[in-house]
Order: sequence, then structure tokens, then C-alpha cells
Amino acid sequence: MSRPAAPQVRIQKGDFDIAAEIAALSTGRTDIGAVVTFSGICRDDGGRLSALELEHYPGMAEAEIERIARQATDRWPLTHLTVIHRFGVITPGENIVLVLTASTHREAAFDAAAFVMDFLKTRAPFWKKEHLKDGSKGNWIEARETDDASARRWRG
Amino acid sequence: MKLVYFAWVRERIGKAEEEIALPAEIGTVGDLLSWLQTRGATYEAALQHPETIRVAIDHEHVEHHAPLSGASEIALFPPMTGG
Repeated sequence: MSRPAAPQVRIQKGDFDIAAEIAALSTGRTDIGAVVTFSGICRDDGGRLSALELEHYPGMAEAEIERIARQATDRWPLTHLTVIHRFGVITPGENIVLVLTASTHREAAFDAAAFVMDFLKTRAPFWKKEHLKDGSKGNWIEARETDDASARRWRG
Repeated sequence: MKLVYFAWVRERIGKAEEEIALPAEIGTVGDLLSWLQTRGATYEAALQHPETIRVAIDHEHVEHHAPLSGASEIALFPPMTGG
């Protein structure tokens, strides 16, 4: 299998169009057998939240996700890998993150997408702050040990 | 040397970034965290549990035993919660 295209990593304020992202990588190709998309969506946490505010470290966010993406393309035979992460104020129901993998077979596409998300959660420099329904600023969301455990499962 | 802060580290220190001239004896990330805590109440509040603070040097994650030599930008922030 030929060397995959370089991973596409975008950090942006605006939304993304999942269908357009799939079309961009598959148009005119007949060698792709599997496309997996993961989209992370803002939820209201049982009606408590009016929004999440995503802070990021410009420069490092791109660099760190590119490092994770290159590990994925080194480990699995992917034809494409696209990662888009939004920042700023995002309301419930809106997209936060997209991971899109394409490969000849589904196993590589599924596993690589899960790998990228697990490491993105624990290593990409983004932080979420809650905005509450009553108009006040809530807490910074705390990192979860289960996310660290998910990243550890890819070792070895 | 430029220090940059994010999320609740930034809020507690009360600034997003600053230029700092480090004393010569500050050799590692851990030394830096200890020294910053002596710079006032805001730093103390931000760094009271230094083991929870994550650090990056020039856009790459580092451990607390990492040397600072050659660093131009050091970032301090809480565990990440993106995705």
C-alpha cells in the first residue's frame, strides 16, 4: 500500500461539514473500502449547561494533534486522516471535534480513529469551561482518569 | 524566557503570559514550579498542587524532571479536557 497522504489537522472557531470532509477525501478514488468518522458534540449535561467555552494553546494544539496523527498513520495503513478541533464558545448540539479515517479495510479505520481520540483527549492542549443556564460561569471541567486509562490501552 | 498560562492556571495567576528572568539555580521544570510559588499569593494558589500541573516546553509536553536549558516558551496548564 502506498504511503498515505499527510494527516490534515485544523484548529478552527467555525463549524465543519462532515459530509463535505468525507467527499473531499473519497472523490475520484476507488481504493477506499472504509471511512470512519467520530464527531464529539457539546451536550447540556442534563439541562445544566448553556455552553462550553473551549480554550486552546495556539501552535501547540496543532503540533500535538499532528504528532498524534502521524503516530496513527505510522501504525495503521490509512489512506487519509483528518482531525478538526473547534475552539471558542460552543452550544449544546454543536460539533466540537471530528476525527475521520479512511482505509482499505474497516479495522484500521476504526482502531486509528479510537487511538487518535484517546490521545487527543489526554494530550491535546484544550480545556473546557462550563457556562451555566443561569448565565453564570461554571467550573473548568476536570480531566477524567478513565480517559488516561483509555490512552494507556494502546501501549505495547 | 516567556511563560504562558492556560485555563485555571491562567485565571489564578491573573495573567496569560509574562517574560521572566530566571535565577541561575533554576535548572528543571520542577525547580521552576517551586520558585514560582514564592512569587506571591496568586502563584501559590495556582501551583499549590504542583503534581497536577502539566508543562510544555516550546510546544512539547515535558515531565517535571526535564531541564529548562534552551527553552524559549514554557507553558503551564491543568490536565487537558478537549475532545
